[in-house]
Amino acid sequence: MNSFSSLFDLYTWKDVEASIQRKSNRDVEVALATSHRSLEDFKALISPAAAPYLEHMAQLSHQLTKKRFGKTIQMFAPMYLSNECNNICTYCGFSFDNKIVRKTLTADEIVKEIGVIKRMGFNHILLVTGESNHLVNVDYFIRAINIIKPHFANIAIEVQPLEKHDYDLLKQSGIYSVLVYQETYHKERYKTYHLKGKKSNFYYRLETPDRIGRAGMHKIGLGVLLGLSDWRTDSFFCALHLDYLQKTYWQTKYSMSFPRIRPAEGVDLSDYGIEDKELVQLICAYRLFSEDVEISISTREPQSFRNNLIKLGTTSMSAGSKTNPGGYSVDERSLEQFEVGDERTPQQVASSIADVGYEAVWKDWDRVF
Amino acid sequence: MALLTIADKTFQSRLFLGTGKFGSADQMESAVLASAAEMVTVALKRVDLENETDSLLVHLQHPHIQLLPNTSGARNAKEAVLAAQLAREALETHWIKLEIHPDPKYLMPDPIETLNATEALAGLGFVVLPYVHADPVLCKRLEDVGTAAVMPLGSPIGSNKGLKTIDFLQIILEQSRVPVIIDAGIGSPSDAALAMEMGADAVLVNTAIAVAGNPVQMATAFKLAVEAGRIAFESRLANKVHYAVASSPLTGFLHE
Repeated sequence: MNSFSSLFDLYTWKDVEASIQRKSNRDVEVALATSHRSLEDFKALISPAAAPYLEHMAQLSHQLTKKRFGKTIQMFAPMYLSNECNNICTYCGFSFDNKIVRKTLTADEIVKEIGVIKRMGFNHILLVTGESNHLVNVDYFIRAINIIKPHFANIAIEVQPLEKHDYDLLKQSGIYSVLVYQETYHKERYKTYHLKGKKSNFYYRLETPDRIGRAGMHKIGLGVLLGLSDWRTDSFFCALHLDYLQKTYWQTKYSMSFPRIRPAEGVDLSDYGIEDKELVQLICAYRLFSEDVEISISTREPQSFRNNLIKLGTTSMSAGSKTNPGGYSVDERSLEQFEVGDERTPQQVASSIADVGYEAVWKDWDRVF
Repeated sequence: MALLTIADKTFQSRLFLGTGKFGSADQMESAVLASAAEMVTVALKRVDLENETDSLLVHLQHPHIQLLPNTSGARNAKEAVLAAQLAREALETHWIKLEIHPDPKYLMPDPIETLNATEALAGLGFVVLPYVHADPVLCKRLEDVGTAAVMPLGSPIGSNKGLKTIDFLQIILEQSRVPVIIDAGIGSPSDAALAMEMGADAVLVNTAIAVAGNPVQMATAFKLAVEAGRIAFESRLANKVHYAVASSPLTGFLHE
């Protein structure tokens, strides 16, 4: 098997969806009782049948997370480098057909952003862009990384899918982790959301984590944009992807994010919503399925919900986030990619973490590696 | 209780503590003090070397505590050697706990890279304490290249499963000419006591204390268990009898 596609093509959406719906109380109890859980157990845990077992799942998730990660939450901040984008995606504020002011940070502007983010206390940073290959490409990334690297212990990047040799270059220049979300694993519906641009190629995106893995990246971040399709079926495919990657690129760590669609400029809200209690069920199911996957909760979620998620399986959190290029220092009012749900400062978030007996960790990597 | 000697240093406490996973730096400090540990591991990647008030280090500034930086995060010998050199410069110690786990899932130590890095670091003048599988041959090979001690695992790190590798640990203890510190998997004070009764020179504990309901009290429990186990070992445990006393002895004729 050369890439995830060949495994993915063995499944059909309809069968998976039906099989999740068929899971019974008994299946859930078996999944809860075992210590090494299979993908079938994961299906049971995300099924409607598991809803009455949510407290039990939460307790297990809490215990497993504490055992593996301790009472700690890793802190990071996103830095949006550019909102240029050639893709038309119906849910995204950066979509090519949205008439917004486009901005790509210059070297001087990156330096200003670094200053503000460092003063907030951050040592781990996530660089984000849209997809505009002629303006914001590997050369641009490497120039940006060279400016940023001396100031941060750990740099992650969330940009357009690239070729394997590009990932080699990013790794050499100091990138620790690459995040690329499939958005949805529903092939046909994917096309209805991603109308134009390179992103409309479903399989190229699907095989991106393989290319990142082959480049030997330290960490790969996966996720589904919750709200594009049935979250249960989508999450099964994402767990299948995780399982495949963990077995194939066994020296790499993995993280999972749970972005729920939030209002953005020019975007209609979706028909496939996920309620709070369902998102909790999903997070706990991932922890029960994989004790070591990192679970990241962004500022898309509101303050009170984020506080309650600290003990349920979360391992990292962003805080004080600006989702527009230059948002920290240069252009505070320009258009955001999405509306932030948690407006607290990083220090306020850290003290909420301390309030439940956990420690906010600012540095857990070193440039020496 | 006999003192523990590693390289040119002696220690009264045979309990080493890890400093990760605690809910706060204050709690970690209190647990370290309650444990009476004199050797405390610190992940280099957690230390902010540019920040003189790094909270981890500030809480470990006690005269009886020696910091043992570890190379956690290194996936091969080259990265581990670089990390050790950085730690030596920044923390002013040539002691290093060598951890090389290319597998982020179970954090299994890589024996080949660990052996290579131990040889390189010993050559550079480091006191090397490598984290390894409970592999008796590897432990002897490490001795050959100049390791200061060996740190075989009891079970997967962070698992709290106790001494699952006990049969191999016994062989290591029997054969070793350097101190043996049992690391990883020690989940309860009774596991620690058992390791010490078997003759381990020390144990290293982290998760079982950091994640306990009351970490400070649990640190005390481990301190007592390690002392009890060590004293029992030094007092020569009465052996368990593995055979029955036969009613019809086979050698009785010799006395007829």
